[in-house]
Amino acid sequence: MTPLLQVKGIEKRYGARIGCTDVNFDLYPGEVMGIVGESGSGKSTLLNCLAGHLEPDAGQVIFDTRVDGPVDTVTMSEPERRMLGRTDWAFVHQHARDGLRMSVSAGGNIGERLMAVGDRHYGDIRDKAIDWLGRVEIEAARVDDRPSAFSGGMQQRLQIARNLVTGPRLVFMDEPTGGLDVSVQARLLDLLRGLVREMGLSAIIVTHDLAVVRLLADRLMVMKSGHVVEAGLTDQVLDDPQHAYTQLLVSSVLQV
Amino acid sequence: MGKDEAMIELIDVSKSFTLHNQGSAVIPVMQGASLKVEPGECVALTGASGTGKSTLMRVIYGNYLAASGQVLVGGLDVAKAEPRQILSLRRDTLGYVSQFLRVVPRVPTLEVVAEPLLAVGADKQIALDKAAGLLKRVNIPERLWTLSPTTFSGGEQQRVNIARGFAHEYPAMLLDEPTASLDAQNRETVLSLIEDAKHRGAAIVGIFHDIEARKRVCDREVNVSDFTPGLAA
Amino acid sequence: MSEYNFAYLDEQTKRMIRRAILKGLAVPGYQVPFASREMPMPYGWGTGGVQVSAATLTPEDTFKVIDQGADDTTNAVSIRKFFENTAGVSTTEETEKATVIQTRHRIPEAKLREDQIIVYQVPIPEPLRFLEPRETETRKMHSLEEYGLMHVKLYEDISQHGAISTAYAYPVKVSGRYVMDPSPIPKFDNPKLEMDAIQLFGAGREQRIYAVPPHTKVVSLDFEDYPFEATKANHLCDLCGAEDSYLDEVIMDDAGNRMFVCSDTDYCRSRRETGHVGRLAEENAA
Repeated sequence: MTPLLQVKGIEKRYGARIGCTDVNFDLYPGEVMGIVGESGSGKSTLLNCLAGHLEPDAGQVIFDTRVDGPVDTVTMSEPERRMLGRTDWAFVHQHARDGLRMSVSAGGNIGERLMAVGDRHYGDIRDKAIDWLGRVEIEAARVDDRPSAFSGGMQQRLQIARNLVTGPRLVFMDEPTGGLDVSVQARLLDLLRGLVREMGLSAIIVTHDLAVVRLLADRLMVMKSGHVVEAGLTDQVLDDPQHAYTQLLVSSVLQV
Repeated sequence: MGKDEAMIELIDVSKSFTLHNQGSAVIPVMQGASLKVEPGECVALTGASGTGKSTLMRVIYGNYLAASGQVLVGGLDVAKAEPRQILSLRRDTLGYVSQFLRVVPRVPTLEVVAEPLLAVGADKQIALDKAAGLLKRVNIPERLWTLSPTTFSGGEQQRVNIARGFAHEYPAMLLDEPTASLDAQNRETVLSLIEDAKHRGAAIVGIFHDIEARKRVCDREVNVSDFTPGLAA
Repeated sequence: MSEYNFAYLDEQTKRMIRRAILKGLAVPGYQVPFASREMPMPYGWGTGGVQVSAATLTPEDTFKVIDQGADDTTNAVSIRKFFENTAGVSTTEETEKATVIQTRHRIPEAKLREDQIIVYQVPIPEPLRFLEPRETETRKMHSLEEYGLMHVKLYEDISQHGAISTAYAYPVKVSGRYVMDPSPIPKFDNPKLEMDAIQLFGAGREQRIYAVPPHTKVVSLDFEDYPFEATKANHLCDLCGAEDSYLDEVIMDDAGNRMFVCSDTDYCRSRRETGHVGRLAEENAA
């Protein structure tokens, strides 16, 4: 099986300071990988390098495209990369307002990616938007409401619908449950888990919440000061951490 | 698989914990562990509390990382395998029934039980039917099936967990106290599930404090004290 | 007024503007940045169009200015006077006789010819601005032909009003490449954008010039199930009886009586001169 994503020697520096360095991994279709680490550990920098939002200083991010097979997305042309960004890739931001058009209705938000890839039938676009609202548990009646009238949890679910409507194969998530109430988080996680399994999505989830990765991620990468200090099966890394930092991280979680 | 058809085979496995944040103390918990379980065989792990029965089970499941040796399950060395290989092993080959249920909130009991079948690509209706049959067998009232098991009593959760563990017919199974604190009727059900699994050829490693149960379903006993550093001769 | 250089602007400035115009003609629909000058009139009064006209006019040209189709409104009159004074060109109200026509918010009803130039005044040249406020991003969207957002606007229209309610500044795709704001002309005029004359667009405050060369394909954006429609008030002109011209609605009294008249005053006048009569023509003349 060809990996969906092959990450080789990714490095990003901010002047003399290391954003992330020497990051290597393969992600296979259907796999969900978590990246954990404290603030400033380089996990968001890495995610942005992988998703094409930041240009890494070194390394390759090879994606198995539908048409041409594995292609290094770092060196591909910008139009190609942006096309990936609205077809096979999706990016779920921590703050829904960064990922939504707040002045456009929920239906328009979901429909944008469809229209961007050439859908030109209003009725079909609207039907798909309503279908997706249902899948993220938002009433169809809210299709013409703007996201500003939605709760934080609903906005985040709308962002997810907007991202998944074109059937991407790889989803990048940056703290998808950050800033939400615990009960809202649980619902969102459950929803994400169902969607990931149902659609056979691969995902890379950056978070500092170990409960999130335990629930969603098959694999885990632990980052500290820009370096990957430990990687492996999620439950193995959390239950039998090998690196000093991971042990500290796991033991720092308050038991409920 | 080896020529002797062992489904689960441990060869000279050791395990230690290094506590980096407590002066890097290294605590050896297991050494020289060797074990062989063939299809249709049930092996009981015995030994006093703290000798490492659960540790051994976790090493086999890939939850704990073996320090050395080979942990072969269905031909895959769990001690060295990639995460995705272990995940596919857990999905297709190696089942684990613990005493405690860990599920996502909001998923109905029926789907929790059917999930392992859906994961291996079973038809949804067939999976749900089988789940329903198992829930009946472990005496979970039908009115509870549409609810999430997170709200159930400890005993009910344990039985849901057992039903889930037996939904897919794994060729290898790990059972951690499957009959603990069950009433006579449910205990009987679980033992018959284990017997069925053996009958279809599952290789089973289990921890049973229930001596009667152990005698009934297990073919051999392995005393893990033999693998405990400092205890072994 | 011999103190002024011909058509007010100095020769260097006109040359700079002409370069922008030529570039615009070479890349139809592409917004060419230019160093817009301060003009002796406020922004919003057609400073972009005036600069383009100044760079386009020659002493032999005949100049016409319309504002919402009319030759006799303040804006039209003052711009016409401006060029009468600074360029000394002859002016006209007749579309037929004009060689350069500056317009605000309309295209004349009469079919324009190859030897004519029409100059549009543009308030906001960026059609994507409504949904994407970042100039850096809209430029990238144009360069990469990422126009999905334009349809989001039309989607919003239909979802809120049941039909594409955008009635003016209706976005078009020029020559199969650039999406362009045709300036706030009514969408009734959109089909006329495929014409024989040269079309130049000037946005003074936004410092952009763009152009559509003659015989260029200009397609109004739409959905398969909500196709583009060039709509107008469903009436005849009450003065000249025209059924094919864009109409202004005029409220006549406190009782709510109203009339519909051609917005193109020259078109209406020339029809009446050839004997066409509308519903209220006698009464109005009386």
